[in-house]
Amino acid sequence: MTFLADRQAAGVAPVEGGVGDSPNRPDGPAKTQGRFAFASDLNIEGMLWGTTLRSPHPHARITGVDVGPALAIDGVACAVTGAELAARPTYGLISADQPVLAVDVVRYVGEPVVLVAADHPDTARRAAEAILVEYELLALLVDPADARDPTTPAIHPDGNVVRRIEILHGDPDATGDVVVEGTYEVGTQDQAFLGPEAGLAIPDGEGGVDLWVATQWLHSDRDQVAECLGLPPQAVRLHLGGVGGAFGAREDLSLHVHACLLALRTGRPVKMSYPRDESFVGHVHRHPARMRYRHHATAEGDLVKVEADILLDGGAYASSSAAVVSNAARFAAGPYRVPHAVIEAVVVRTNNPPCGAMRGFGAVQVCFAHEAQMDRLAARLGLDPVELRLRNALTSGDVLPTGQRISGTAPVRECIEAAIAHPLPALPPPESRMPPGEADWLEWPGGVGRTADPADVRRGVGLAVGYKNLLFSEGFEESSEATVLLADGVATVTCAAAEVGQGFVTLVGQIARTVLGCEQTVLLPADTTAGSAGSTSASRQTWMSGGAVLEACHEIADQVRKGWAGAGEVGVDVSVAVAAGSSAFEATAVYRPPAATRRLDAKGQGDADVSFVFAAHRAVVDVDVELGLVRVVQVTTGQDVGRVLHPTQVLGQIEGGIAQGVGLAVMEELVVQDGVIRNPSFTDYLIPTVADSPDVLATCIEQPEPGAPLGAKGVGEPPTISSTAAVAAAIRNATGVEVTRVPVRPWDLV
Amino acid sequence: MSGHAFELVVNGERRVVPGDALPTESLLYVLRERLGLPGSKNACEQGECGSCSVLVDGVLVCSCLELAAATQGRDIVTVEASQRFADVQAAMVEAGGVQCGFCTPGFVVAIQSLLDRDPAPTPLAVREALAGNLCRCTGYGRIVAAIEAVVGRSPRSEEAMS
Repeated sequence: MTFLADRQAAGVAPVEGGVGDSPNRPDGPAKTQGRFAFASDLNIEGMLWGTTLRSPHPHARITGVDVGPALAIDGVACAVTGAELAARPTYGLISADQPVLAVDVVRYVGEPVVLVAADHPDTARRAAEAILVEYELLALLVDPADARDPTTPAIHPDGNVVRRIEILHGDPDATGDVVVEGTYEVGTQDQAFLGPEAGLAIPDGEGGVDLWVATQWLHSDRDQVAECLGLPPQAVRLHLGGVGGAFGAREDLSLHVHACLLALRTGRPVKMSYPRDESFVGHVHRHPARMRYRHHATAEGDLVKVEADILLDGGAYASSSAAVVSNAARFAAGPYRVPHAVIEAVVVRTNNPPCGAMRGFGAVQVCFAHEAQMDRLAARLGLDPVELRLRNALTSGDVLPTGQRISGTAPVRECIEAAIAHPLPALPPPESRMPPGEADWLEWPGGVGRTADPADVRRGVGLAVGYKNLLFSEGFEESSEATVLLADGVATVTCAAAEVGQGFVTLVGQIARTVLGCEQTVLLPADTTAGSAGSTSASRQTWMSGGAVLEACHEIADQVRKGWAGAGEVGVDVSVAVAAGSSAFEATAVYRPPAATRRLDAKGQGDADVSFVFAAHRAVVDVDVELGLVRVVQVTTGQDVGRVLHPTQVLGQIEGGIAQGVGLAVMEELVVQDGVIRNPSFTDYLIPTVADSPDVLATCIEQPEPGAPLGAKGVGEPPTISSTAAVAAAIRNATGVEVTRVPVRPWDLV
Repeated sequence: MSGHAFELVVNGERRVVPGDALPTESLLYVLRERLGLPGSKNACEQGECGSCSVLVDGVLVCSCLELAAATQGRDIVTVEASQRFADVQAAMVEAGGVQCGFCTPGFVVAIQSLLDRDPAPTPLAVREALAGNLCRCTGYGRIVAAIEAVVGRSPRSEEAMS
């Protein structure tokens, strides 16, 4: 029997709205019309508003808390302090080291101390301000170099060093004909999603609670919340509230336990929604980094050895630091053949804001450094920077510094060649470099500021290449569960994967249409009644949850096929949905990665990863060398995608990721002084606007990844990894300045 | 602190804001929390991101910066206004200008406001007009493509990805 769907799944017969097509997002109309319910839009009769009183000090002992003045305010329902929580609950993604509410000591500015619930958000805020907390200031630890020093007193019972990784590969004493050294720094980037942290907790009247919340991983949250509340997991039910962007910042808990505590205390629904300034202290950031590198190469330009010393500031609590530092170590040498490597990466605890996951997850920081080194090496050798990279580019079968051999695809050369194949933007002719006309000012550095003198503007071009893992690493367990019901020609899919904007909601329909041939597909709201789908992070949901949906659809196809075989029908050229007729079919699949991974050993060796993804970026910048202002004109990319499943959504990920990379290169930095974030607002923490964003030209390198469902690799993170480094390289090229730090500030260039 | 009930005209309808509203409440808060119109979004609440964009007497404003009580008697149009924004909304979906969608309502209102003023804006005019609306997901490429589709120019998507 020939199922149409078999041919469709094999790509022989494309399905409208199926894999490879660009159907519209099913949530698109509601989102454009303001009808989509984000977590901050949730509302229920009789609900209270919760708010958080946070520490104003980076390190202090709490010597007294008086909530009396808050409780005296009309409309205040309750105030909860840490001292009231007998169990002193703590939480954390990898180790539970962070108090739900500080009790004895606060370790960063913004650490939650007291919770308040009231009938109006302004009342709750006024009440929190009325609470009296006495602090005794403690010595500050804000320099990560001090935190690394074993003689520095620990600021946390778990110590100051969260994790140290050493990778020793090949001969540590190997030397090259040519050696280049550099010291590099990356500032603190914020995910700056637009939808604030928000949630609505509703007590069930039986001691349990339902929480609607914007998150990346419902089940991890559920387990941590239940643990902190001292409740069995089934008494805590999490539901995905509409997520207004994530980028890593919603992998950790924020208000989850707080809203539930207030709801259980008052017996009423409690909503919490952070204002922007609170959001900036209410989630983890990208780790700031200091990196020292030494590259050895032969006179011909073959890399011999990479030495790296990487120091990440993890801030006050561990979050996912232990995994981020591992990524920084594993990808420290870049996507190149490196026979010998000596890499040390350390992440430490300080009294700075906690850091954790952000798109690129440790690979971004080291990419800036290893690519700066490659430029330096090319200059020393008198080689073209592109040629040097092509000469050393990793390919399938090569061995990484961890000793892991790349078993999947590694089209590094193809990515580079595609990135540089795009046309360069035309350089304005000399006459138009005269003082511009009214509108043309917008195309010069400084834009409407009209500060540029065209005579001082230099154009530069730079290339960078980066890579990272897909899926979780180092033996971290993962799976995803999906259930598909095919009935009346409609495929209804249940999966707890968090849709955070990336378009999983579209992909589910594409897969179901492709395999089952049904026109109508429905993805039910995600909650913890289904099995875990794991986190929407590590560029993993297309692979993992897409894989689970695909397996469940194939299982249904098999069931339908057996039914037909039993009925003696053969040679039927129909879709599964048509063949199913009026019968209903249901299947649940739990997808697991095709290969096990393991923790790096004492020498940093081991098969820590399932798969790798690569991208190259070429950036073109105009720099006003007198004012130090930069305009990023164009970024082109070649990206390893395995297979394009939705061209428009892939392009959206590429353009969006590049914008974040450009932001880190030239404007985005949380300025932290003595533990205090000085710019917690969109007035002072600048993210690219449409006027700042470059033209993007993208080429997808389609080499299906063996073992990946549909051959597709995740596409979300690669655009952010080397785009920052490419812009830095272009600025270097335009100005001759070394550019050893990002973001590049005007005073770094003049 | 409570004031008197007052009336707002939102999307052509008279709506009563109850007397327990605080006089300090912004138009954004009243729309979202008192009138059941959460389409305008609360991303920064200080006029930097444009997510709360509405039209007041035809002028594009951040509703977070307007006191609700000060907009009495004025014509307030939000993203929920039926049909007013239909072409832009459809183009945003078609072009892939929507990801997480939190900035989208603000963009829809701001784009319509631009097109009301200038039905065929140049690419530079588009950039300038929308520089007050932040998007963190898209890098703006597909949003610009949506605008170009509405004004009848070929979208850039074909040339953007090869």
